[in-house]
Amino acid sequence: MEKNTNLFEYVLRMGDDSLILGHRVSEWCGHGPILEEDIALTNISLDLIGQATNLLEYAGEIEGKGRDGDAIAFLRCDREYKNLLLVEQTNGDFGKTMMRQFFFDAFRRLLFERLLKSSDIQLAAIADKSLKETKYHLKHSSEWMIRLGDGTDESHSRIQDSLDSLWKYTNELFFMDEVDFSLIKEGIIPSMDGIQEEWLVYVTSILEEATLSIPTNNWKQEGGRIGKHTEHLGFILAELQYMQRAYPNMKW
Amino acid sequence: MKEVNITELERRFQEKIDNDIKIEPRDWMPEEYRQTLIRQISQHAHSEIVGMLPEGNWITRAPNLRRKAVLLAKVQDEAGHGLYLYSAVETLGADREATIDDLHTGKAKYSSIFNYPTTSWADMGSIGWLVDGAAIMNQVPICRCSYGPYARAMVRVCKEESFHQRQGFEIISLLAQGTPEQKAMAQESFNRFWWPAIMMFGPNDADSKHTAQSMKWKIKRNTNDELRQMFIDVTVPQAEMIGLTIPDKDLKFNKETGHYETGPIDWDEFWEVVKGNGPCNKERVDARRKAKEDGLWVREAAMAYAEKRKVKNAS
Repeated sequence: MEKNTNLFEYVLRMGDDSLILGHRVSEWCGHGPILEEDIALTNISLDLIGQATNLLEYAGEIEGKGRDGDAIAFLRCDREYKNLLLVEQTNGDFGKTMMRQFFFDAFRRLLFERLLKSSDIQLAAIADKSLKETKYHLKHSSEWMIRLGDGTDESHSRIQDSLDSLWKYTNELFFMDEVDFSLIKEGIIPSMDGIQEEWLVYVTSILEEATLSIPTNNWKQEGGRIGKHTEHLGFILAELQYMQRAYPNMKW
Repeated sequence: MKEVNITELERRFQEKIDNDIKIEPRDWMPEEYRQTLIRQISQHAHSEIVGMLPEGNWITRAPNLRRKAVLLAKVQDEAGHGLYLYSAVETLGADREATIDDLHTGKAKYSSIFNYPTTSWADMGSIGWLVDGAAIMNQVPICRCSYGPYARAMVRVCKEESFHQRQGFEIISLLAQGTPEQKAMAQESFNRFWWPAIMMFGPNDADSKHTAQSMKWKIKRNTNDELRQMFIDVTVPQAEMIGLTIPDKDLKFNKETGHYETGPIDWDEFWEVVKGNGPCNKERVDARRKAKEDGLWVREAAMAYAEKRKVKNAS
């Protein structure tokens, strides 16, 4: 029972990351800097919404109270969403969107690689399916880091600003509490320690190639994992939940 | 001497067309044929791209995860169609970015239907069912168009459009058979989209200035009115089947011809929207122009970086 509560919480956190980031990225649809990027961004959003569907459906099964993925995705209050603060940050310019994506993709790749060995078969299967697309996302976002960082003076300065403003949200990627500790002990999820080190090595190497500097201010912002969000989440939910709240209990 | 050659070239060109032999990018073609195709294919490409906006509008508000994913996939397909079509335009020697700039300055047109707003979720159903349905009627004959690259692009586009049409019909029929609120939502949307959808086929044949020449060149295989009639004949029974009322009190079925006859189409509205006075003309073009302007620094960075790589690799 205890295990199920923890696993539910963990899968919910992952599902919310995919859902909220997928929502943010979808806001680009039709407004990308070039047609090829419009297609890429829409595709990334589609992958994330697909992951969110798999994860939140699974969370509903673990919970066993009859909620399906849609009930979980659309019918909770803000404090019940457990996504990272990073993923709810506004899109800003294309560079900020790519910076947010880069931090997230680099994390997700390492996480999914380890979750392949999870003792939870369903979680391992979702990781397997998601890893392939995450690798593409990471390749895409890493290449943009380098192009924008080492492109023009303007792009360098813009992407450095995005790095400066988003860096404070990256520590939360590696958040751990009793939910994680108990699942680590059971071999269901990996420890974050190794992941954080490897993430930093990868991110640093790309940002160096991009001629960008990691901020020395190490102030951290956290809270999403326990449902304490930034002001942005409320607006996301207002759009996300609009139909389900305005027309409850209907089939679409 | 030169005059004779051109006459001979034109004769051979028309002979190929008459024998249903495809014209390929390297073949000789009359300048007007080339210009007609550039105009038509780029308008088609612009329609795909502008068409992303009214639907993109509802992605963040889609009512469930499945609908959200399907809508994302559909809008992504449209961007893909835009991409093939711009490539087809380039085979005619036109520059993709220059044709896009024509859209932004108002010189180039796109399908007027996208100048109408999408104000309810049911509009995602109406667009798929009616707008993509009308587009399929228009585009299936283009699969047999005389210009090879356009015809081939259209084969793939039509396959995806028929999936779009089905998902739209699924949305609207679910609503039409749903709760009273959903039924009202479906009917309200249908009322707004019916007339603009039947205007999508363009003016009546008598007022269509390009039709005759385009038919002779087999760029166009059916007239506007023929296609419109096919669409109406297919769509009216679908609407009746799911319990929606056609917003046309004069609509009747003519037993002798076997066709439906509609009341008068408001061509004044059509021409006003074409001229730029539709409800969303300015918003749509502004959104596209803004995307290009906001993305300038990104494109410049990509070019600058590519240039640096080239220099580095050379040394």
